[in-house]
Amino acid sequence: MVGCSSDGDGSKVLSKIAMNGGHGEDSPYFEGWKAYDNNPFHPTQNPNGVIQMGLSENQLCFDLIEDWIKNNPKASICTADGVENFRNITNFQDYHGLPEFRQALAKFMARIRGNRVEFDADRIVMSSGCTGASETLMFCLADPGDAFLVPSPYYPAFNRDLRWRTGVQLIPISCHSSNNFQLTLSDLESAYSKAIESGVKVKGLILTNPSNPLGTTSDVDTLKALLEFTSRRKIHIVCDEIYSATVFAPPVFTSISEVMREVECCDPCFVHFIYSLSKDLGLPGFRVGVLYSYNDAVVSTARKMSSFGLVSSQTQLLVASMLSDGDFVERFLGESPRRLRDRHRKFVEVLGRVGIGCLKGNAGLFFWMDFRKFLEEETFEEEMRLWRVIVHDIRLNVSPGSSFGCAEPGFFRVCFANMDEVTADVALGRIGAFVTRWHGDKNLRLSFKSLKSGDENNNSLSMTSPHVMSPRSPVVIARN
Amino acid sequence: MGSHSSNRTRVPLSRMAMGNGHGEDSPYFDGWKAYQIDPFDPAENPHGVIQMGLAENQLCADLIEEWLIDHPEGSICTAGGSDKFRDIANFQDYHGLPKFRNGIAIFMGKVRGNRVKFDPDRIVMSGGATGAHDLIAFCLADPGDAFLVPTPYYPGFDRDLCWRTGVKILPVNCKSSNNFKITKKALEEAYNGAVDAGIRVKGLIITNPSNPLGTTLDRATMKDLVDFVNEMNIHLVCDEIYAATLFRGPDFISIAEVIEEYDDDCCNRDLIHIIYSLSKDMGLPGFRIGIVYSYNDDVVRCGRKMSSFGLISSQTQHLIASMLSDDEFVERFIAESSARLAKRHGYFTHELERVGIRCLDSNAGLFVWMDLRELLAEQTFEAEMVLWRVVIHKVKLNVSPGSSFHCSEPGWYRVCIANMDDQTMEIALARIRSFVLENMMGNCMRVVRSKESKAVECKLKVSFSNRKMEEVMKMPCSMSPCSPMPPRSPLVRART
Repeated sequence: MVGCSSDGDGSKVLSKIAMNGGHGEDSPYFEGWKAYDNNPFHPTQNPNGVIQMGLSENQLCFDLIEDWIKNNPKASICTADGVENFRNITNFQDYHGLPEFRQALAKFMARIRGNRVEFDADRIVMSSGCTGASETLMFCLADPGDAFLVPSPYYPAFNRDLRWRTGVQLIPISCHSSNNFQLTLSDLESAYSKAIESGVKVKGLILTNPSNPLGTTSDVDTLKALLEFTSRRKIHIVCDEIYSATVFAPPVFTSISEVMREVECCDPCFVHFIYSLSKDLGLPGFRVGVLYSYNDAVVSTARKMSSFGLVSSQTQLLVASMLSDGDFVERFLGESPRRLRDRHRKFVEVLGRVGIGCLKGNAGLFFWMDFRKFLEEETFEEEMRLWRVIVHDIRLNVSPGSSFGCAEPGFFRVCFANMDEVTADVALGRIGAFVTRWHGDKNLRLSFKSLKSGDENNNSLSMTSPHVMSPRSPVVIARN
Repeated sequence: MGSHSSNRTRVPLSRMAMGNGHGEDSPYFDGWKAYQIDPFDPAENPHGVIQMGLAENQLCADLIEEWLIDHPEGSICTAGGSDKFRDIANFQDYHGLPKFRNGIAIFMGKVRGNRVKFDPDRIVMSGGATGAHDLIAFCLADPGDAFLVPTPYYPGFDRDLCWRTGVKILPVNCKSSNNFKITKKALEEAYNGAVDAGIRVKGLIITNPSNPLGTTLDRATMKDLVDFVNEMNIHLVCDEIYAATLFRGPDFISIAEVIEEYDDDCCNRDLIHIIYSLSKDMGLPGFRIGIVYSYNDDVVRCGRKMSSFGLISSQTQHLIASMLSDDEFVERFIAESSARLAKRHGYFTHELERVGIRCLDSNAGLFVWMDLRELLAEQTFEAEMVLWRVVIHKVKLNVSPGSSFHCSEPGWYRVCIANMDDQTMEIALARIRSFVLENMMGNCMRVVRSKESKAVECKLKVSFSNRKMEEVMKMPCSMSPCSPMPPRSPLVRART
């Protein structure tokens, strides 16, 4: 037959992007996920399983949302009360988004900031979660090879989201435990100068505030200093404020949007932030992302680009209805931080009693645990070894600091808001037990030296190992 | 945004942002603007512009509405479904809900008469077909590489395949003389042209059923395409987004069926990929349900990781999973949708023929490919645009000129017919009839007879007041223009 091909090489050659591993999943950290996947904790069915503490999710306030939904059937196009909207909603694919969706988000974001600042609904651009928003912003602001500075430790998926398909580089600015990992102006200046001297075109700075993985907020003076720095050098500042409503203790959260008016040389055209409902409301499945820019051209371009990842109109309507309900928003924003604070406090107290310190945090869904004293030597190899002990012996999937690009070994991010009280107690019990044994038996870790590091690749298409950014939920496991 | 409106040119953004790869700086926006300024509404604005430039399927919404009321478990917001709320709201796994992938796989099989089965594990989610094309191009090609695309083709491809990826489209010209079939000769010419220009061709993209033609590819052509891509060792991406809009024979033959007829050593399945969506077949464009289905394991793996940038809302996945697992509903929907499209298409084309307007003989899609060559003052694209502006501003129908689809011959227009109710359809037809009759009265022309008699050459001098035309063209657009693909819905208008 004409066309028989004896040479299969061509089809194996996909794009460079497809083949360069820029998705970031070929990393040793997946061992933790696999351990969880193979042996997931369940209070009754598998009480000795691995507890998931590597997932930054907010599962503490679903009941508030569920109540609201029960009482507001019109928010859904699937109820008798809401089905009259069905045709208009299912047919609505305008990349501006439903006006009420944008307006509700603008009000919600302002309310999170104590109404100290107002947002323009016309500057809100939809995206598929913050994952989509951050990539889109890079496509708009930078060319392949350009760089953004990012304080480390930082969210590991930035490596994929900001770099993979855009070709943008990330230049980490190492922050140190000596000053609680705060970004200093001098660190920023020196990283910037170094990059410029080596011929790299620095287009801006990315700041996550509140910080992941630290769980801290940036203070006003630091924000002002950073904004002055970027303004003077005419580079962009991109703030990821995805955890803005998870602030549960003072100091109050200060957004870049509030600081702008206090910095005289600030040029709004260089200021942008991204947001999502995945953490504050605990709705990661809904893929509600926001790109907000004070630069008209960025809004215009990003909006056109949002076609590649619009929010489902069904979800837009639900979110618009919910966030337009002022009473619900007040109630939620009062209750959610309270529950986070209580859970955080419980962990910090119990861990403190067994001598484990954490960075003093006031936000986020996790804390930054200091396990340096458990390292035989302050090396990343030791950190990984200790991590394997935590995963396989204590059976807690936590995230090692090196996965966040932390410059100092011995720190771990531990998530606490993705579980119920029973599971939290079990997790705390296990940590306590481990510490007790550790003090009693310094050779404890030696029994784990034989643990394999890394895994064979599983090439099956239906591999069940979850991805660090999107793991399989228990729902999936139950159904398989 | 007014206070920063002067900031547009001061700050250098990326080349991508400052270029026009988004495709919206095009003259075709006149049609959209005319519609936005003066949108038809049967009660509130009966003389407004009727939207016939939007390939939407609004004929079967009632079937889905009925299903929703009868199946509260499909929603996480009803009493019948809220017990699933937290699990679903929390689910962001890029594999997607297994039930969703199973439902899609079964639906795709049913749409193809169960002549072929789909593997749920090869299904990758994307932000609509828009996202799917962007994703597949990122997976298959590097900046500067090219895809061959037969003309006329969906204008959105220019943005979806090329804007962010840096990939090029090279047209494969198809001609009316053989009903725009894709010939081996045209393929080879396009391919060789690329080679001569030093451009690396990575694949061929086809849309089957075709947009804008509304036709399906026959088996012989499909096999030619499979042979061609295997010979050249390039990918074949088949956009089958209109698969269930088939309303009469010949049958739709999916690439999935054709490759079953090949031995492994004659067809490398790693080259074969399908793009799909529920936006057209089920009329759910707002839900952003896009699918990349690849026979290439590496593409599935890579595509799945990339899908993080455009996952489908889990709320929507859950609803679709429930709906598509209802076999009885699905079978009834596919049959009824096809019947309603057949009726709409049959009636519309019959009425056009009565006034001497012919369309390409078609068997699928949500539109007709109208042949107005005989109404052009001369066979040029300028004349096509002149006639187009008359149709928009005088006849007040927003149709799409063939040149926007990169058609190589002037005089063709895509006219969408499934995005309106019967009443609006009648009004649109009445306007077309009036326009044709007016021109018969006022100008020198001979009637184009129906296909039973000989076709007679006819020249139409399109007459309109130049001054009025200028006025119309100068009208400011009071709303921000949006993408040609998603105009503002009446919902938005009502609320702003």
